[in-house]
Parts: sequence; structure tokens; C-alpha cells
Amino acid sequence: MDSDTGRDPILDIFIYETLLLSNQLEQLVLNSEKTNSFETADINEIFRIMHTIKGSAAMMLFNGIADIAHAMEDLFDYLRESESLDVNYSKLCDFVLEGIDFIKGEVAKIESNQGTEGNPGNLVEEIHGYLASLKSTNDILSSAVIPPGSDSPISFEDLLYTHESTVRPLDTIILPENSFSAVIFFEDGCEMENIRAFNVIYKLEELAQVSEYFPPDIDDNDSIDIIRRDGFKIHFNTEKNRDEMEKFFLNMAFVESLEMAELEEGSGELNIQEADQQMNQICDLNDNSVVKADKEVDINTTAAIKQKMISVQLNKLDKLLDLVGELVISETMVTRNPDLADIQGLDNFSKASRQHRKVINEIQDIVMSIRMVPLAGTFQKMNRIVRDMSRKLGKQVELEIRGEETEVDKNIIEHLSDPLMHLIRNAVDHGIEAETERAAKEKPVSGKIKLEARSEGGDVWITIKDDGGGLNKDKILSRALEHGLINNAENELSDQEIYSFILLPGFSTNTEVTEFSGRGVGMDVVARNIEDIGGSVYVDSAIDLGTTVSLKIPLTLAIIDGMGIKVGSSVYTVPITSIRESFKAKENEAFSDPDGNEMIMVRGECYPILRLHEHFKIQTTVHDIHDGIIMMVETDNRCTCLLADELLGEQQVVVKALPKYLKKIKGIGGCTLLGDGRSSLILDIAGLVNY
Amino acid sequence: MSDAMEQILDTSEDTQKGKFLTFMVGKEEYAIEIKYVTEIIGGIQAITEVPEVPNYIRGIINLRGKIIPVMDVNIRFKKEPKPYGDRTCITVIDIDDLSVGLIVDNVAEVLSINDENIVPPPDIKAGFHNRYIKGIGKVGSTVKLILDCNLLLGEEDLESLSETA
Repeated sequence: MDSDTGRDPILDIFIYETLLLSNQLEQLVLNSEKTNSFETADINEIFRIMHTIKGSAAMMLFNGIADIAHAMEDLFDYLRESESLDVNYSKLCDFVLEGIDFIKGEVAKIESNQGTEGNPGNLVEEIHGYLASLKSTNDILSSAVIPPGSDSPISFEDLLYTHESTVRPLDTIILPENSFSAVIFFEDGCEMENIRAFNVIYKLEELAQVSEYFPPDIDDNDSIDIIRRDGFKIHFNTEKNRDEMEKFFLNMAFVESLEMAELEEGSGELNIQEADQQMNQICDLNDNSVVKADKEVDINTTAAIKQKMISVQLNKLDKLLDLVGELVISETMVTRNPDLADIQGLDNFSKASRQHRKVINEIQDIVMSIRMVPLAGTFQKMNRIVRDMSRKLGKQVELEIRGEETEVDKNIIEHLSDPLMHLIRNAVDHGIEAETERAAKEKPVSGKIKLEARSEGGDVWITIKDDGGGLNKDKILSRALEHGLINNAENELSDQEIYSFILLPGFSTNTEVTEFSGRGVGMDVVARNIEDIGGSVYVDSAIDLGTTVSLKIPLTLAIIDGMGIKVGSSVYTVPITSIRESFKAKENEAFSDPDGNEMIMVRGECYPILRLHEHFKIQTTVHDIHDGIIMMVETDNRCTCLLADELLGEQQVVVKALPKYLKKIKGIGGCTLLGDGRSSLILDIAGLVNY
Repeated sequence: MSDAMEQILDTSEDTQKGKFLTFMVGKEEYAIEIKYVTEIIGGIQAITEVPEVPNYIRGIINLRGKIIPVMDVNIRFKKEPKPYGDRTCITVIDIDDLSVGLIVDNVAEVLSINDENIVPPPDIKAGFHNRYIKGIGKVGSTVKLILDCNLLLGEEDLESLSETA
């Protein structure tokens, strides 16, 4: 019930959160890289994100992720504490981005249940090495602490502890055993805390002598509440040092946080309250513990943020949407029930039903808005692609993003990511010229790609504009001729038509296959993906000025505003967005050319007439143009007048696909249910007009 | 637990095996395997006509929010279309997640036909519309023509139709 995959819900949350955080991190790093400096706030944020990822990965026992996050946490912890360092930012960014890639890769593996855990070893060591070199150049004090030639990589926390132990050398040298008190908090909702506590004690006894724990009655279920509230307190003596013990506790399942303190010799019998006090004192004195306490606060704040967002399975939303659609229909069935027609004095009923309708409309709006997602996430992925590609290809490319707050339906977003990626890659790889070439053309050395989204009526336009070399029209033409795609004379083709050849399968003018593109798959996939979601692709270009690819995509697939029209006994729905006007034609206003094509003059312009009843071969009584109604519809800047019998009125309709069995019918975009339970076909104006 | 479930599933498969829903088309009695039938809608509800489809596809109907196409079996078998009456009903069949409503004159009964009582149709090519028939079942003194649902909704037919459309 919790998820389709049958995965542990905690794992689901982990995947969701980690991906969210790593995307956030990536964005942060890319922004910082642009300014070539890290703001203090950014460093703190990166540190916080890494800490959270480390914590949750360690909790789920994904050690690879935890290790790398830990290493990065160390690095940024150092950065934020030592001000104004001379740091090679681009190297730093590389580290972080590599780390993010690793984490994302791991999460993807976990998500697909592969479970194989990659080894981040090299990267971790590199980061440690880098950190050490940073320290040696910038911080003489701590570099003195690093034991030279140490064979294991040393983390920053190791260093801190070493440092600490030099302050209080007597404790560790004289005492063969260290006494600790620890307070363990388990994750919220892990249940059976007493058994988890028992498990901890059991495992701990392998490493240490447990002298005391509280609550003592962990086999009694009453202790659960105490553990939940105050944590599970343990006193123990061990030969291991504090660091190892901390690691041990945090590796236990379901342990969320840990407070640990070293006890003076002989204080093992301290009662718990005293131990608590002492721990507070130690926390006050010990800087490191204060950092730890800070981290706790960080965890708490993220928990607060978490509660405002929940992730929901998309199919539940889809079901909800379907049901709301049904609700709208059944509402009409009730309030417009024919049985009510004969009853007088329904004042109260109509009042109540008006209220009812209002609420339902609101529900419908909310459900739709839940599904609307800003494009920002998809757009920001492109930053990374541009960055990586421009580095590898040795080009300077700048990506400008506009209108990323534009919202579109979740279903559509999913289909946008791949096409956009292709287009951006194309722009960087083929569009933007090499630096020398740009210099020769007296263009700025750095190329520019503009990614822009804006909404226009019921559609969203996404344009990808580069200021590169532009498409080579002759090359495209000759390729098209080779492929036998051109039937007309060449000079009859408009520029637009020529450019749109690149959207055909297997059509690549790039002779070399590069790592990124040139295999001839790409533009056709883009075109197909966009068409699948009911959109269209337009290509425009000018030599040496650049190429613009525009994607027109519908705002949502699910609900449209429609106008009902009647033709014979059938009811058709026309999307409001494509209607320009409707009017009654006067007698003799329409005329036909010698071929029998009918047209009509409106305000000095001539438009073709399409008789719907003839087109769909429907029996109707309306044959004269002035008897019916003319509806002028527009698509791709072309207008056509449709002849219908009568207008029925505007309504919001839930779009449903035609049954698969019927295949695709030109001019029909889908169907919908009407208030009376009948279904109506939705006209696809583009298909109808280009028929 | 899962074993028990499988057993239950197996038995439900078993109870459906060898059972057929029979209905009249014209003078003949036809039968389809019961496992394809999801429901029978009594009476004809409003059918929305769809342009550019073969004439035996009468249009689409709304089946509790799901839109399904309906096919007139009379016309599909190239018989004279009959006016729909009280006994006419829509039998909804479900094949590979494809729901289609069949308009039939009237549904007769559900009966069992053992495998040994099913014989292959005679191999006559001309003049006999036996391409949708996968067998002939003998029940007492009567015969039932067993329909092959896949062929009834057959791809090949649809393609040739979309060419003519």
C-alpha cells in the first residue's frame, strides 16, 4: 500500500531526500563557481547538506555515500572555520560535483534495487589529501598535528580528536580504559525502542564493559516512553577511544543521534542526573561538542522543513484527478436531474447545489495545482550539462535561464527533461563555435545560450536560443536530397520547411560523431517526445547569428476549457484556446471557388470554410451556412472557419484518450464525458486544419 | 500465505475454464470464453459516434468514467443491421487490457463445453465467414460457434480499415 515497489517507506524517503539535497547542492556549487567564490552562507549550507546526507546514509547503512559525504563535510567544516583561504575553487567544485555524481549514482542503484555499492575510495582519499594540503599551506598549527606518512587517510575529525588529546594527555595515557557516558536517541517511529536498546547493549558488550544503563528495565515495554523522551543512557568502560565508540553507536540501526561524554576515572557509578550535568559542562567547555550540538539543531530545522513537504505517488494523484472529474459529472447529474424539472419551489435546493458546485470547483482547481510543477528543476539540470560540456569541449558557454518559475503539469515535465537535454547539448556542441572561430567572426569569445519559458494562453513556450554559427541551409538541403526527402522544387521550400528536415529520423549534418552528439538520433527523438505530449517543435536559424528551437507544449494534459458544439446528433468539444471567434454568417457572405472550396470574407480577409458534418460524414439538417454557426479557429497562425449546427456553451472538460483500439483519428484529439454521462469528442484543430 | 493465494487464483481460473457465454447473432448462437467477459450492460445507452472508423464500430460509450469503443457484431459479421431493442445488450470483453463492448442481440446463457465437444471449424474458404471462429462446440443437439476474440478485434483488420478510411 505504501508504495508500488513494495520498498521500505524509510528507504523511499531517503531516496527522495537525498536526490533533493544533491540537486540543491549541485545548484549551489554551480552558482558559486560562476562567481568563483564561496559565500560563507553557501559554505554553511553545503556543510549542512553534506551532514544531513551523511547522517541519513549512515542510518540506512549506505557506507559509500556516508563516507563521501563525511569527507566533504570535513572539507567544508574546515573551510567555514578558517576564513579567507586561498582556495582553488574550480578544484573544490570538481570535488563536490564528483561527489554528487557518485551519490546520485548510488541512489539510482538503490532505487532500481541493484544494491551494489560502489566504492568511493579514491575520491575520499583525494578529498582528504586536498584537505591536508590546504591545511599545510594555510594552517601551520594543524599541519603540525598531521602525523607524516600516516598510511590511513586522516579525516578532519581525527585531527580534532588528536588535537584534543594533546590538551589533556594524561587521560589517555595513564588510563588503560576510558569511561564514557552516552545518550542514544532512536529515530522517530522506529518502534520497539527497548528492543533496539537491548540490541545496542548486546553489541556493546563485545567491545566494552557496560557498567550501567538507564532505564534499567528495557525488557519492560513501559521503558519505551522513557527512551523516546530522554534517550537511552549508558555508562561503559572500554579500551577503544571515543572516535571508535562514536562510530560504533552511529552504525547501529535506527540510531538517530548520540551524545557522548568522557568520564573522569572512578565516576562510572555516577547517577544519571549528575552525568547529564557533567555532560552539559563538557559540552560547554569542549568546542567540538558545541559543533555537535549545532549539528543537532541543524537536524531539527531540516525536520521542520520536511514536514511542509510530502511526496505522494503520482498514480494516487492521477486517481484523485479521475475521481474529481467523475465528481463534477455526478454533481451535474444530481443538480440537473430531469426528475427535478417538474418540481416547483426548489429555492433551498438550488442554493445548496450552488454551494456544492463552488466547493467542487475549488477541489478541482486544487487538484490541478497539485500537479503543477515549476520548470526550475528541469532547467537547472541544464546548468550542469552546459558546465561539463563546455569544459570538455574547451568552449566558453554561458547559460541564461529565464522564466523557470513557469509551471506545467507533472506529466509534461517528465517528458521535457530528455528533449531539453538533447537541445542544450546540440547547442553547445554544434551551435556554439570554437573560441578561435568566434574571435575570427568578431563575436564575444564566450558563447551564450538562452533557455526561456513563458506561458501563452493554454500553452507554454520553451525556447533554446544560441548565438552560434546557425544551421547550414545548403548542407541540410543536400542531405535531404540524398535521403530523397524533397519532392518539390528546392526553391519552393520555405526556410522553416528546410530547417524542419533536421527533425526527421537519422538526419544529422554533423559528419563526426562526438561524445555528445552527432549520431543522427536526437532531433527526431526531441520532435517525437514533444509531439507525444501534444506539443510541437519549431526551428529557426540565421547564419552566424545562431539557432532558435522553440517548443510549444500544452500546460496540462488533463483538463481543458472547451466549447461544446453540436453537429447533427453528436456533440464535439473545441478547445477554447484555439477559438478566435464565433458568429452567424449572413446570407450570401460565403462563396466558393471553381474547385468548390468554400470561403468566407470576414473584415476584408478571406478564410476557408470546413463543414464539420461533411468532414465527419454526419447526418444533419443544417446545410446552409447561414443556418448554422461559424466558428473561427486558429492554429499555427492559420485560421479556418468551422461550420457547426449550434453552440452549446463553455465548460471545463477532463480530457481522456481515445480507446487504443480505435487508433489515431485525424482531427480528433481525445474525448471527454459530458454532464449527462454521454461522451463527446474533442477536436484537434491542428489535425483538422492541416487535413 | 502466497501459496494459498495462488491456489485461490488457480481455482478461480479453473472455475472459468470450459465455460462460455452464449448469445444470438442473427439466427446463429455464438459463444465466447467467459474469462474475456468483464460485464454485460443491459439495454443500449447513448453511443457517441466517432468519425472515420469502420461501420461496425458504432462509437464510444462511457463505462463508469472509462471510455470504451463498442462494436456491432451483427455488422461485423456482415449481416443486416438490426434495430436495437430491449433484449439488445453490450457485452464488455477485456483482452490484453483492451476493453471493447460488443453489441449483441441477446445473451442466452453461460454453459460449460468440454474440450472433447469442441471441433475445429470446417475448412471452407469461400462464402463462409469462419475466420473469427476458432471452434464449434456441441451442446446436446445444438451447436455453438466459438469466437476467437483476438481475431474479432484483429489488428490486421483494423489496419486494412484504416487504409480504406
